[in-house]
Amino acid sequence: MAVTTTPATAAGRREGDEVATGGGRRGSTAMAGNGLTPWLFLAPYLTLFVAFVVAPTVYGIWISLHDWDYTLPGKPFVGLDNYANLFDSSSLAYDRFWSSMRATAIFTVMSVPLLLVVPLVVALAMNQKFRGRNLFRAVYFAPYVLGVAVVAVMWRFLLDNNIGVVNHYLGVLGLPDDIAWTTSVPAAWFALVGVTVWWTLGFNAVIYLAGLQDIPKELYEAAEVDGAGAWQRFRNVTLPGLRPVTMFVTMITIIASANMFGQAYLMTKGAPGTETRTAIYQIAETGLKQFQMGTAAAMSYVLTLVLMVCSLVVFWLFRERKDA
Amino acid sequence: MTRPDSTNFSRRRFLALGGGVAAGAVLTACGGGKSADEAAGGTESGSKFTGKYTGPAVTLAYWNGFTGGDGPFMDELVKRFQSENPKITVKQNTIEWADFYQKVPAAVTAGKGPDVGVMHQDQLATNAVRKVIVPVDDVADALGLEESDFSPENWKAGIYQDKRYGIPLDVHSLAMYWRKDAAEKAGVTEAPTDAASFEEALKAFQEAGNDKPFWMPSKWPSHLMFLSLLWQNGGEPYAEDGSKATFDSDEGIAALTWQVDQIKKGYSPENVAIDTQYIGFKNNPPKTDVTWDGIWQINDLKGADVPFELAPIPTIGDQAAVWANSHNFFISRQATGDDNKFDAARVFIDWMSKQSAEWAGAGMIPARTSVRESADVASMTQAPIAESIDTMRFLPPVPGLGDVQAQTLEVAVNEATLLKRSPEEALRDAAAKATTAMEANLKKYGG
Repeated sequence: MAVTTTPATAAGRREGDEVATGGGRRGSTAMAGNGLTPWLFLAPYLTLFVAFVVAPTVYGIWISLHDWDYTLPGKPFVGLDNYANLFDSSSLAYDRFWSSMRATAIFTVMSVPLLLVVPLVVALAMNQKFRGRNLFRAVYFAPYVLGVAVVAVMWRFLLDNNIGVVNHYLGVLGLPDDIAWTTSVPAAWFALVGVTVWWTLGFNAVIYLAGLQDIPKELYEAAEVDGAGAWQRFRNVTLPGLRPVTMFVTMITIIASANMFGQAYLMTKGAPGTETRTAIYQIAETGLKQFQMGTAAAMSYVLTLVLMVCSLVVFWLFRERKDA
Repeated sequence: MTRPDSTNFSRRRFLALGGGVAAGAVLTACGGGKSADEAAGGTESGSKFTGKYTGPAVTLAYWNGFTGGDGPFMDELVKRFQSENPKITVKQNTIEWADFYQKVPAAVTAGKGPDVGVMHQDQLATNAVRKVIVPVDDVADALGLEESDFSPENWKAGIYQDKRYGIPLDVHSLAMYWRKDAAEKAGVTEAPTDAASFEEALKAFQEAGNDKPFWMPSKWPSHLMFLSLLWQNGGEPYAEDGSKATFDSDEGIAALTWQVDQIKKGYSPENVAIDTQYIGFKNNPPKTDVTWDGIWQINDLKGADVPFELAPIPTIGDQAAVWANSHNFFISRQATGDDNKFDAARVFIDWMSKQSAEWAGAGMIPARTSVRESADVASMTQAPIAESIDTMRFLPPVPGLGDVQAQTLEVAVNEATLLKRSPEEALRDAAAKATTAMEANLKKYGG
């Protein structure tokens, strides 16, 4: 992961510096002559990166400036109209887009804290030594290998409020058995978040686990010698040790949650009304079903911008505090 | 199941389509090609169509969305066509309908789509205006097809801006299914035909032990029930010229109110989610004794050994009317560049159109009157529905209407049947949005 590679790269750079400075004349010509070498090494990845990330990104910006329907001969240039429409409350796109952004925000705010805390608890348990530990690890990771279609369709039927088993067993336990998990809010949000947490927590837990195993044992021993209890060890050794991992997990979880699509598409179809229709869902509908690629591209860039701001905030929150 | 809205969207497909889009953008400029009219006029066989293909060996790309119980019937027909026409190689590509309408425009734009295919009647205008498909008036003439051999509604719905874009293969409508076992228990011996007898039957089912005998879906096919009821009340969902949505009329509000009343009167539970009513109907014992669904479900129910009977939906409003759609053959722009392909496509459509009695085995109603009234069809499960073909109503051929409906009318029906909003409020809001979208479409597609 990013965390473990950072020191390695740093070390590598140091060695290179020594060669460059210590090698004298021969060394410096080697450096100058090899200006091409790093690029050659990068070339295979760079080609893919440019072809499948950079080029479509630039092309997307171009599309967003047009009334772009690829099945029609004319694709008139409209400047920033597509963006302006997203901020003009009288346009059709405004309502659709912002209600979907709201849905995405609700989902993200509900799911991210759970996806940060629950997997950490699971990872701490996975890190203990006990019989059946491998089974335990497998059980928590297993759902992650399922595809979204399998997960969502299965839960759609389990959670059905008229014929599903979840409500049936709630009834058996004497709890309310008429919760409309897939057709009413806020129940649908709990269902979508719950399913997503069940489905993806294994992934985050595995990353946390890798981070936990990277924390030197000596630190725990030293803390113990200093008389730190379990909570203090967790608070002062584990958490700081996990900081880079936690930052990584936070960022990818926010991005993954903000990109939620399949669960809503298959479990609720956006119902009730369009309340659980997320931003990506709306973008796919607009671009691929209604062929309004220009509007869809503009929506994507607004979403991207919001996610970039979120990432910066995360970076800032997790920055290294020298005095801490 | 062959449900036009059963969807399934993968990231891979998203990327694949994106690739198609990019490629399509490059290729649009050189799309060109002849129109089918020109191609038909330009070939010698255009005037003396014999139904036989005489040119060199040719490959036809044939696309359709028969992924359900109808698929094997189409495979069989294609196989037979192949053996009778060895010079034409038919390469069949079957894609779920929901994805079909996303893929075909992209594929044809890229020149890698179908030469000939089947699509729903209400998609013809949209694809015509996008120049995905070409007029087939000459084909209809050459095949000697006439309005008198079709139901007038069905025949006319394939015409957009005075040109024909589809050759109807079948008609399929909404119908009323009920469970035979439950009906025997309740003593319901005849299909209810109007609002009063329908409610009486529901009460009988209730007395026989099923508290909720008629589950009202909140998603598919609830909007088709709504359209049927709206037409029964004498309303129209959209202005014929595509300038305005009118489904929030008094007739529309009454239609949706009747649907919501089924829940309020206790015949249906609340919050019936996607597909729940259909699964409830198939369950043993049935959770819902009566359900309205498309006739294309016949084979699925038979396959599951569900004891059911079928009848036209009752006339709740003033006149008999029911939502229907139709599978139509089309020829794509792609096929028009090659005279041989165009000829082969015509032979193919003619041959298929004549086999529509066999196709009825897939649960559909043959579009041609001569076939529909044949003895073969009279003995089929869907025969009672086939008889009521004159009550079948189709959406007007307005480009982009399908998407407008999905974003507005379907949302309103969903909100009302989930009891989130009153029928009137939901419909008014949705119709206003639909009108705005339709005006934009008119401008975009040039009327």
